[in-house]
Amino acid sequence: MGILVDENTRVLVQGITGREGSFHARACMAYGTNVVAGVTPGRGGTTFEDKVPVFDSVEEAVAQTQANMALIFVPPAFAPDAIAESADAGIPLIACITEGIPVHDMVKIYRYIEHKPVRLIGPNCPGLINPGAKCKIGIMPGAIHLPGRVGVLSRSGTLTYEAVGQLTALGLGQSSCVGIGGDQIIGTNFVDVLELFDADPDTDAVVMIGEIGGTMEQEAAAFIKSNFSKPVAALVVGASAPPGKRMGHAGAIITGESATAEFKLAALKDAGAWIIPTPADIGTTAQEMLKSNGQLT
Amino acid sequence: MNIHEFQAKEIFSRYGIPVPRGIVATTPAEAKAATQELGGQSVVKAQIHAGGRGKSGGVQLVRSPEEAEEAAQRMLASNLVTPQTGPGGAPVQKLLIEELADIKKELYVALTIDRGHRGPVLLVSTQGGMDIEEVAANDPQDIHNEPIDPLSGLMPFQTRRLVRKLGLDPSVAGDAAKVLQALYRVFVDNDCSLVEINPLIVTGDDRVVALDAKINLDDDSMFRHADLMKYRDISQEDPLEAQASDFDIAYVNLYGDVGCLVNGAGLAMATLDVTNAAGAAPANFLDVGGGATPEKVSSAVKIILSDPKVRRVLVNIFGGILRCDIAGEGIVMAYKETGSTIPLVVRMLGTNVVEGKEILAASGLAVVFADTLAEAADAIKQLQI
Repeated sequence: MGILVDENTRVLVQGITGREGSFHARACMAYGTNVVAGVTPGRGGTTFEDKVPVFDSVEEAVAQTQANMALIFVPPAFAPDAIAESADAGIPLIACITEGIPVHDMVKIYRYIEHKPVRLIGPNCPGLINPGAKCKIGIMPGAIHLPGRVGVLSRSGTLTYEAVGQLTALGLGQSSCVGIGGDQIIGTNFVDVLELFDADPDTDAVVMIGEIGGTMEQEAAAFIKSNFSKPVAALVVGASAPPGKRMGHAGAIITGESATAEFKLAALKDAGAWIIPTPADIGTTAQEMLKSNGQLT
Repeated sequence: MNIHEFQAKEIFSRYGIPVPRGIVATTPAEAKAATQELGGQSVVKAQIHAGGRGKSGGVQLVRSPEEAEEAAQRMLASNLVTPQTGPGGAPVQKLLIEELADIKKELYVALTIDRGHRGPVLLVSTQGGMDIEEVAANDPQDIHNEPIDPLSGLMPFQTRRLVRKLGLDPSVAGDAAKVLQALYRVFVDNDCSLVEINPLIVTGDDRVVALDAKINLDDDSMFRHADLMKYRDISQEDPLEAQASDFDIAYVNLYGDVGCLVNGAGLAMATLDVTNAAGAAPANFLDVGGGATPEKVSSAVKIILSDPKVRRVLVNIFGGILRCDIAGEGIVMAYKETGSTIPLVVRMLGTNVVEGKEILAASGLAVVFADTLAEAADAIKQLQI
């Protein structure tokens, strides 16, 4: 099973003819993902890699190919429009990889999609993958993943790969991995994904990678404490960051005590999560957690 | 991007927000002349990109042009250290000389993006002129938080509500509401991440005036604000951070001796944490980004090597979009060009890792390879420097 995407996911890539879009569309297809359409306004009627039809609009692409997910590689100035176009066309799931969308644009787009039947992952995220279903929708290196029963949830890109790499090295496979994005305004938060992992019969436990900035980790902690039935191992990075400095991600900035790693870790610990002591201990902590819960012998 | 108070007030004036009469001075003589022009008395305000100036000698009320000259001489002579600048302080190259204000009431007003609400919020408090973090800690009920729907914008009923919360007399309520509306337009039109007036004052003759002004601009929006780029003041930025931003590299200067080269912000933060946990101290945060070329990696390494604190370098690359061979080439290029002999610990994983390591191994540089994050941290600790 896994969450959000599987064998039935039919992906439409917005920006498929661009440098990044074409590179990653190919990598997704090589992994086994069913890429059914591309959209680049003005390039309709062409074919990508001799097999994927390219359309001028999402509306046409959906009508012709029954695409049910959009993956966005459109530059920041045009990405908000791309998100809205897919939402308008009735696509139920959108992953937006684009980094650097102005925050004033994102707050408007969030209002636009808020009451539509659509879930947005990102922006500024690596995407999501279901290794068991051979479905990779994003920019993560597919080869490091192993089908299995641990859910991985993170605000970061390469740090998610680090987490997955450590799990795979210990033989701990993943049910699904979701990178929700490093921006201030994102479509899907930790609690949303935890709810999905909770309901997924093929996920035994979750590794959650948070960072400084905002209060999403505390909200996740409150949810874990009251509503989550599976064990969680949690890491929060950025303990070494000085206050007021943006640490790469637009959302990773300490603006008051509640945004610090220390504060977030205390909340997660209080919620009963297994605290991963340093980023080098993600795999071993997950292993210990699974053994202690009798999910690994 | 941060801008100066006098620049923020320029923007305010364009939107009809009243500010005190002011003149920018860059020398003591100009400060003297400006004070003369303002009637013989003034407030001399150091222009730096940090708050806390008032308590740190960066704002001085003067009663004569000569006193203004002396104050200017003192402020321009050295860096201004405030609780927000760090120990080195910030250079003072410009002063804002302003007319004195007759203050009847001091208020606090700010606009920012709130993540919980996923939209703009307007914050007001009757405790203007104070450190707002302190007000939030001691008197949270005196900060009113008004969430704004970005599609409809700040509605008139909301400004009326805020004016009531501020307990303003009917004689100034209309002007205060106008200031709030104008401030929201400043915030949206200029893609601000923060607009703050602390204090917004009511004068003895019932005028509403922005006595201070702070604007932070969203870096991600600068592509559509070429006009605002003229406000950038590189003298206020850390020189290495300014250099990195020109190459589109996310870099933050820290305190230790381990220069860090990483791809990805999350992994870069994780690398700092692991370095600290191993008992070593990172010299910087650096995310070289995804689609880097050898030239960009080389620029990043040269920034690290030009930092006099750096005595060892930790490379942590998880090859994805950025291939390990590109990273390897860039590192070798930078070391060759600078002739640096600073030792390196390299941890590489992912796309083209074999080629990346071969390039480094064949380069003759003092490289220690590590396979895992734990090994990398350990190797940094063991490095003889």
